Amino acid sequence: MRDIEARAVTETVARLFLEANYHLTDDVLSALKNAEKTEESPAGKEVLRQIIRNAGIAAERQIPLCQDCGAAVVFLEMGQDAHIVGGDLTAAVNEGVRQAYDQGYLRKSMVTQPFSNRINTNDNTPAIIYEEIVAGDKLKITVVPKGGGAENMSRLIMLTPSAGRQGIIDNVLKTVDDAGSNPCPPVIVGVGIGGTAEKAMLLAKKALLRKVGEHNADPEAAELEKELLQKINALGIGPMGYGGRTTALAVNVEVFPVHIAGMPLAVNLNCHSSRHKEAIL
Amino acid sequence: MTMPKVINLPLTDKDIAELRTGDNVLLNGLIYAARDAAHKKMAAALDQGQPLPFALQGQAIYYMGPTPSRPGYPIGAAGPTSSYRMDIYAPRLIAAGLKGMIGKGQRTPPVLEAIKKYQAVYFGAIGGAGALISRSIVQAEIIAYPELGAEAVRKLAVENFPATVINDIYGGDLYREGKAKYRIAV
Repeated sequence: MRDIEARAVTETVARLFLEANYHLTDDVLSALKNAEKTEESPAGKEVLRQIIRNAGIAAERQIPLCQDCGAAVVFLEMGQDAHIVGGDLTAAVNEGVRQAYDQGYLRKSMVTQPFSNRINTNDNTPAIIYEEIVAGDKLKITVVPKGGGAENMSRLIMLTPSAGRQGIIDNVLKTVDDAGSNPCPPVIVGVGIGGTAEKAMLLAKKALLRKVGEHNADPEAAELEKELLQKINALGIGPMGYGGRTTALAVNVEVFPVHIAGMPLAVNLNCHSSRHKEAIL
Repeated sequence: MTMPKVINLPLTDKDIAELRTGDNVLLNGLIYAARDAAHKKMAAALDQGQPLPFALQGQAIYYMGPTPSRPGYPIGAAGPTSSYRMDIYAPRLIAAGLKGMIGKGQRTPPVLEAIKKYQAVYFGAIGGAGALISRSIVQAEIIAYPELGAEAVRKLAVENFPATVINDIYGGDLYREGKAKYRIAV
């Protein structure tokens, strides 16, 4: 059994949320730079230029990339031989969120009761936390400040087996096409296929954590990713929806076995300001 | 990219008549930031015959809720939010004199009809370029609903605020036209 201080969890969560909000990751930045070179639409090219400039200004001034600093989504992969000491794990994560959003001049976007009072909690808590118990004695923390504009364009479609591969392609394309400019394209498309309703959506969310340019290790899933990316970029939506060839930077598909009756399909979109950071304690 | 048109606010009918879908503009003067919760309150104020936080005539609303400003800066990151969430309120505000809206994303038919009927314009700003856009905002002041925090109504002084005409009074729609131009049948 290995001890991990709750205080270290708080410090790490706070640091990761600050880094994620100020610094675009290298994979996304280089994908944007490549897209800026190849984009045929002048308006689309200009949007990409501005997005790249924005990343430079944010890092230099320590100002958030986007005013929507997201809901604070946190994935915890807890080794079964690790032990949290000196405090409560959930409280430690929330304290990290509180510190980052308060001290880092990040926008607090969480409200209390969704359908009545909607009072801002003023510290961006509670975090949305997913825990998983894994082998080992470490704790892996992944933070995802998830913007509302792209999240609102997510879809869960309970396809049935006869829909097949084509059903998945049609529904992913429709989701991205209907979303248009709203999720701030070029987007990263997370696709979860299989499991149950909530499992599919979690797979789609986790798919967004993958580096741009990396494909699923399974050749069939990787092939589906490539076909979807090519077809999404043929939709014409382009950067910010002004028309163009760059509608998505990546399509990441995650697959899970499924009940004989079903084929849940979840699509979770991320804006070009795709923010996530991880650390291992 | 075409050379941007410099626009001094408030918008006149002549300015609006000259704007065409796809035009790049640089906005100068005062705009008002308001998003979901502020729109809900403004609609309630109209229902009750109460005055709005600012006179709508000729003004432009920016759908935006900023990050807190660091000391020495007027505002934090300040990019647009999705406009469609304000569509339930927008036609009413346009009928009451609102001339400009700045946001991102497609609008619903009632808003597009109001834009044509009352001679208004919808500008797009670049979503996710909050740090870049903040440099065009030289002054910011909360003028109503401070309890809403990031969603409070703010009066913003802008200098060369970059935007693109999405919907003009002639029925033009950059999202529709841009997509049609680059769409490839697969």
